[in-house]
Amino acid sequence: MQFMLLFSRQGKLRLQKWYVPLSDKEKKKITRELVQTVLARKPKMCSFLEWRDLKIVYKRYASLYFCCAIEDQDNELITLEIIHRYVELLDKYFGSVCELDIIFNFEKAYFILDEFLLGGEVQETSKKNVLKAIEQADLLQEKTEYVSQQEVLWV
Amino acid sequence: MALKMVKGSIDRMFDKNLQDLVRGIRNHKEDEAKYISQCIDEIKQELRQDSLAVKANAVCKLTYLQMLGYDISWAAFNIIEVMSASKFTFKRVGYLAASQCFHEGTDVIMLTTNQIRKDLSSPSQYDTGVALTGLSCFVTPDLARDLANDIMTLMSHTKPYIRKKAVLIMYKVFLKYPESLRPAFPRLKEKLEDPDPGVQSAAVNVICELARRNPKNYLSLAPLFFKLMTSSTNNWVLIKIIKLFGALTPLEPRLGKKLIEPLTNLIHSTSAMSLLYECVNTVIAVLISLSSGMPNHSASIQLCVQKLRILIEDSDQNLKYLGLLAMSKILRTHPKSVQAHKDLVLQCLDDKDESIRLRALDLLYGMVSKKNLMEIVKQLLQHVDKAEGTAYRDELLTKIIAICSQGNYQHVTNFQWYISILVELTRLEGTRHGHLIAAQMLDVAIRVKAIRAFAVAQMAALLDSAPLLASGARRNGICEVLYAAAWICGEFSEHLQEPQQTLAAMLRPRVSALPGHIQAVYVQNALKLYTAVLQRQEQAAPDPQDAPPDADADADAADAPGAAQEAAQLLLERLPQFVQSADLEVQERASCVLQLVRQAQKLQARGVPVAAELSALFAGELNPVAPKAQKKVPVPEGLDLDAWINEPPSDSEAEDERPRAMFQEDEPRHARPKAQEADDEELARRREARRQEQANNPFYIKSCPSPQKLYQDAPGVDHIPVVCIDLSVPLRVPGLPASEQYVKLEEERRHRQRAEKGGRKHRKKDKAGRGGRRGGSLPDSDEDIAPAQRVDIVTEEMPERHRPVAPPKSPKKEAAAPKERKSKKPKKEKGRGRDRDRDRKAQALDLWLCSTPPAEPAESTALGTPSLDTEVPTAPQQPSEPCPDEGDREPEAHKKPHKRKKQRQEKERSGRDKKSRKKRAEDGPPLGTGALEEAEEEPLPPMSSYALLAENDFVRMTYEVRGSLQGGSQVTVSLVLENLSSHVLKSLELGVLDSLNARLARPPGASAHDGVPVPFQLPPGVSNEAQFVFSIQSVLTAQKLKGTLSFIAKNDEGSTHEKLDFKLAFTCSSYLVTTPCYSDAFAKLLESGDLTGSCVKVDGITMTFRNVLAKICFHHRFSVVERVGSCASMYSRSIQGHHVCLLVKQAEQSVSVDVKCADATLLGSLLDELRATLSAC
Repeated sequence: MQFMLLFSRQGKLRLQKWYVPLSDKEKKKITRELVQTVLARKPKMCSFLEWRDLKIVYKRYASLYFCCAIEDQDNELITLEIIHRYVELLDKYFGSVCELDIIFNFEKAYFILDEFLLGGEVQETSKKNVLKAIEQADLLQEKTEYVSQQEVLWV
Repeated sequence: MALKMVKGSIDRMFDKNLQDLVRGIRNHKEDEAKYISQCIDEIKQELRQDSLAVKANAVCKLTYLQMLGYDISWAAFNIIEVMSASKFTFKRVGYLAASQCFHEGTDVIMLTTNQIRKDLSSPSQYDTGVALTGLSCFVTPDLARDLANDIMTLMSHTKPYIRKKAVLIMYKVFLKYPESLRPAFPRLKEKLEDPDPGVQSAAVNVICELARRNPKNYLSLAPLFFKLMTSSTNNWVLIKIIKLFGALTPLEPRLGKKLIEPLTNLIHSTSAMSLLYECVNTVIAVLISLSSGMPNHSASIQLCVQKLRILIEDSDQNLKYLGLLAMSKILRTHPKSVQAHKDLVLQCLDDKDESIRLRALDLLYGMVSKKNLMEIVKQLLQHVDKAEGTAYRDELLTKIIAICSQGNYQHVTNFQWYISILVELTRLEGTRHGHLIAAQMLDVAIRVKAIRAFAVAQMAALLDSAPLLASGARRNGICEVLYAAAWICGEFSEHLQEPQQTLAAMLRPRVSALPGHIQAVYVQNALKLYTAVLQRQEQAAPDPQDAPPDADADADAADAPGAAQEAAQLLLERLPQFVQSADLEVQERASCVLQLVRQAQKLQARGVPVAAELSALFAGELNPVAPKAQKKVPVPEGLDLDAWINEPPSDSEAEDERPRAMFQEDEPRHARPKAQEADDEELARRREARRQEQANNPFYIKSCPSPQKLYQDAPGVDHIPVVCIDLSVPLRVPGLPASEQYVKLEEERRHRQRAEKGGRKHRKKDKAGRGGRRGGSLPDSDEDIAPAQRVDIVTEEMPERHRPVAPPKSPKKEAAAPKERKSKKPKKEKGRGRDRDRDRKAQALDLWLCSTPPAEPAESTALGTPSLDTEVPTAPQQPSEPCPDEGDREPEAHKKPHKRKKQRQEKERSGRDKKSRKKRAEDGPPLGTGALEEAEEEPLPPMSSYALLAENDFVRMTYEVRGSLQGGSQVTVSLVLENLSSHVLKSLELGVLDSLNARLARPPGASAHDGVPVPFQLPPGVSNEAQFVFSIQSVLTAQKLKGTLSFIAKNDEGSTHEKLDFKLAFTCSSYLVTTPCYSDAFAKLLESGDLTGSCVKVDGITMTFRNVLAKICFHHRFSVVERVGSCASMYSRSIQGHHVCLLVKQAEQSVSVDVKCADATLLGSLLDELRATLSAC
C-alpha cells in the first residue's frame, strides 16, 4: 500500500498516512486530486478506480471516506478488507466510533493504524492482538503521566 | 528547579491542548486562517519553554495542523527533542509527528540516528515499537545503512511483537540500502518458520514484496513457499504467497504446472472472495506463462471463467468490476472461453456504473468475430442512443470503430453494412470523433473497391443533408465527416447517379460556414464533379471526330445547352464566394478552379472536347501501398546500391590526416565530422518527414502492430468478388433501419453461402472418403463466413514468413521433427557431462518441480537451504519417478532400450499433433504467434550460464554474471566454488583488481586493494556459491578483470596458503537484463529511429529455430517479442537502459540476426558475442 487517506464528505482530510516518502507539496496535490475524484463518484459505483499508475480502493463509512492507494498487482478485495478491519478496530477502541472521535483523538487513530499496518504491509491480522498492544501502550502512558503528576504534587 | 516544574505544570493548565485547538478551529469557521496563525504563534511560544510536557503538547497540535495543510517543517528540531524524551507519552507524540512530516529532504533527520538506535535497544518493547513504526515512515538511505545491523538484531528479539515489526521494516531498509539484503536474507528466511504466526506472515510479506521486484532470486524458495501454501489457513498469508507464485511462474513454467492443482483446489474450497480472486488471477498468469494453451488445462480455464461469471453476476458492484477485469486477462490468451459469455458482458453494458460499462466495452473488443460483429455493433448503437453524457458516448463510438476496423477489418463481412453504420454514427451530436468516422469512410472507400458505388451514393446523401450537419454546435466535431464525403464523391464521381445534384449541394452558400480545410476539399472536388458531368455529356454526344468538323459541332453546342453548361454556370456563379474566403487554401483553389472552368467553357463553346483534358488532371488510380513495399521491388541487375555515385569526399582518414594538417591547418578535419553529423541529422529529418507524410496520406496502410492480425491472401484486383447492389436498398436512408437491413441481407447471403458450401463439401466428402479436412467443423464456424467484399490489402511484410502455416505443409514438418530429435541425442549427452558442476540450486529446483511434493519431505527440507546441499544427485531424474507430464524430460540414456517404442510413440504423437493442429487451424485464428509450433517441438537441451573461471588441484571456480535493474549499474557475479581436494579450504578470499570501468563492491571501510572474504569454508568435495556485486561505469564494451582467490588448504598434515588466479570476463550480454516487451511498444521503439542497426549472418546451423531462439534468450538475456514462422523479434535492455532489438531469421542452414541498439559501440560488441554463440550452434 502506498498511502491511506481518511476524509469527510465535505472533503476535509481527517487522517493521512504515507508509506512512500513524498514532499509535502506532492502529498497535497495528490490529496486534493483524489478527494475530488472520489467525492465525484456516484454512490452506486464500484469501489475501485485506476488513477495514474495506481489503483485506488475506497469505501465510505457514514460520513467518512477511507481511501487507499495500492500498486498494480495488489489485491483490491484484500485492501477493502484492510479498510474494514481498521474501521472495526477503531470501533472497538472508541466504542462505536464516529467522525468526531477521530477528529479529537486523531493521534489515537494513528496509533491504532500503526499497530495494524507497518510500512504499508499488514503487521497484525488478529484484532485482539492489535487492541492489546494499544491498551498496554496506553496503560504505560497513563502510568508515566500519573508519575509525573505525582512528582508535581510531591514538590 | 522545583518551582520551575510547578510553574510548567500550571502553565500547561492554561495552555490549549489538542482538544481545545480542534474545538477552536471548529468555532472559527469564518476566520480559520487567522485563528490558526494565532495558534501557531502560541505554539512557537510553547516550544521555547523548557518543559518537555509543554513541548510535546505543542508538537501534538502541530501534527494536527500539518494534516490541515500547514507547513510545520520549521519545527523539525523540536520534534526531535520530543522524540528523545524519556517518557513514553512524549516519545510517542514525537515519533508520530516525525513520521508524518519527515522525509528524505529533512536535513535534521541525520541527528536522529543515535536517538533511534537508543530507542531500538530500549528495555521497553513499546519504546522499541514506536521507534520502529516511526522509522518505517521516514527511513533514509543513511539511516538504513547506519541502523541495518540494529534492526537485524531485533529480528531475533525474544518478543514476537518486536520481531514482526523488525521483519517488516527490513523491507524498507532493503529498498533504501540494498547492500543490507545479502547479510540479512538468511535470517529473514529463517523467520518464514517462526513459531509466531504474526512474524511468519510478516516474513512472507517482505519476501513476497522483494520477489515482485526481482523474482529470479527467489525461485529457490519456491519449495518452501509451496509447503507454506498447502499448510497455511491464514487467508492474508495465503494471498501473499499466491501472489508471490504469480511473480515466479513466468520464470519457471514447470512451477506453474505444479501450482495448478492446489490453486484449483483453493478456488473450489474457499469462501473468501479476496482469496478466490487472487487464485483466479494467479491461475490466469500461470496459464499465460505456459502460453501454449495446452488442452489439459482447459479445465482450469473453464473453472476460472465459471467463477468469474459468478463474480460478474453478483449484485456487488466491486465483484462485478473485478470479474470483468480478470475476464479481459483471460481473453488475451483464451478468447474462445470468454466468448461464450458474451450475453453477460452485453448485460454489463446496461450497468448503472460507468466504470463497469467501460470494462465491459474493453472485453467486447476482443470478443467479436465475423459471426457476431453485426449483432454486437447493433447493441452498441442502441447504447449510443441511450447514453447520457458525451464522454461515455464518445467512448462507445471509438469502441465501435475500433471493433469494426481491428485487424484490417477482419471481422467485417459486409461493407455496405459498415458504411451505413458509419453514416448512422454521423447523427451523433457534439461528438469529438468526427475525424475518426471520416478516416474510416475514406479508408473503406479507397480500399474496398467493390463498395465504392454504394459509398458514393451514401456520401452524396450525406452532402445533401449537409446544412443539417453544419448547423449550430455540431460544427466542431462531426462536420469532419463532410471532408470524407466530399472527397469520396469527387474522387469516385463515375459512380454518382446525379452528379449535378451533388455539385449543387456542394456549392450551397452555407458551405462557407465550414472550417477551411473542408471547404478546400469541397472546391477541389467540385471541379472533379464538373469534369464528370462534362465527360458524361461528351460521351453521350456523337464523337466529334466522326461528325463533319466545324458546322455540326457548333450546332451541337448551340441547340443543346446540356448539363455541363448548367454545371459550369453554377460553378461560375458560386465560386467567387470561395475566392473571397479568408482561408488561403480555399481562396487559392477556388480561383484556380474558376479559371479552369472559364477556359473549359470557352473551349466547349467552340466545340472542342475538353473532358479528356480536364479529367487528366485527376487521372491515375489510387492503390493502397504498404509502408515497406519498396523492399519488394527487386534491385535491378547491375545496380549496386552501396556503391558511391560520386567519388567519396576523401580517402581514408588515417592517410590524409597528417600531410593535410601541415598545409591547411585543421580545417578538413573539422569539416568532415560536421558533414557527417549533418548527414545524420538530415537523414533523421527526412525519415521524420516521410513518416509524417505517410501518417497523413490516406493511401498508406498504417502499420498496425497487432500480432494477431491475419493476412488474408491478397488476390489480384480483378478477383475481388463484386457484389451487385440490391437496388431495392433505398440509397438515401441513412438511419438505423438501413443497417438493420444489411444485417438481414447478410444473414441471407451467409445462408446461401452455407447451403452452397454444404453441398460442395458433401460432394467432396463422397469423393475423397475420409480425406475431407474440414470434416468435423461446424458449418457455422467463423472461418467459413466468406466476406462479401474484401479489403484490398497489400501485405505489409514479405509474405512468406507472415502467411499462416499452410495445412498441407505441416505433415512434412512433423515428419522432420523426429529426425531432428534423433540427431540431437549425442550432443545432449555431451552437454550433460559438462553440466556436472553447474548450479545446484537450479537442479534442486528442477528435482522438486519434477516430482510430487508430499512424496519426499526429506528432500524438500534439504532444498530449503539450497546453497549448502551437496548430496543432490547430479542427474535430476530417477527413472522410477512418477512424472506423467514430464515424459519428454527423461534423460535419453533411459530411453535407449525403448528406442523403437519411443519412435512409435513419437509417430503417434505427431499424428495426434497433426490432428490437433488441423483442428486448431479450423477453430480460428492462431492465438499467439509461435505458440502453436512451440507446443509441438522437442524439449530444449539443457543450458547453463555458468562458465569455468579457473581450476587447480584444490578448487574449481565457475561463475555467472547477471545484471539487475534494481541497483543502477550493477552486476552480480555468482561464483560457485568446488573443493576438488581432500583438504578443508578455509579463509577463502577474493581479490580483484578493479578497473576504471568495473569495481567490486567491498564492505564499507575496505580499501580497493583488500580482498573480500568468501562467507563460507569448503570441506572436501563440497561446493558452494557466493555472490559478489560489481558496479559498472560503462556497459558498452566487454572487459576482463584480473583477480586471485587465496585460501588456506588444511588437512591432517598441516595447512598451506594457496592461490588461484583468474580472469573474470564481463561480456556485454551479461549487462543485459531479460525484459519483456510488448509488440506494440517494440514497434514504436523501432519506429523511433533512435536505434542504429547492423547485421550478422552465420551459416551451417542445423539447430532448430526454437533452440536457436532459446540459446539467444538464455545466453544473451533476450526475450522473444513475437515469433512468426522462422522469424522472430527479440528485445532486451542493458542495466543502464539501452534498448536492444533483434530480428532473427532462419533460412536453410543459416541464421541471420539484425541488431538494433541505441549505442553503436554496444551494438558492435553484442554482434561479436551473438556471432560467437551462433557459430557454436
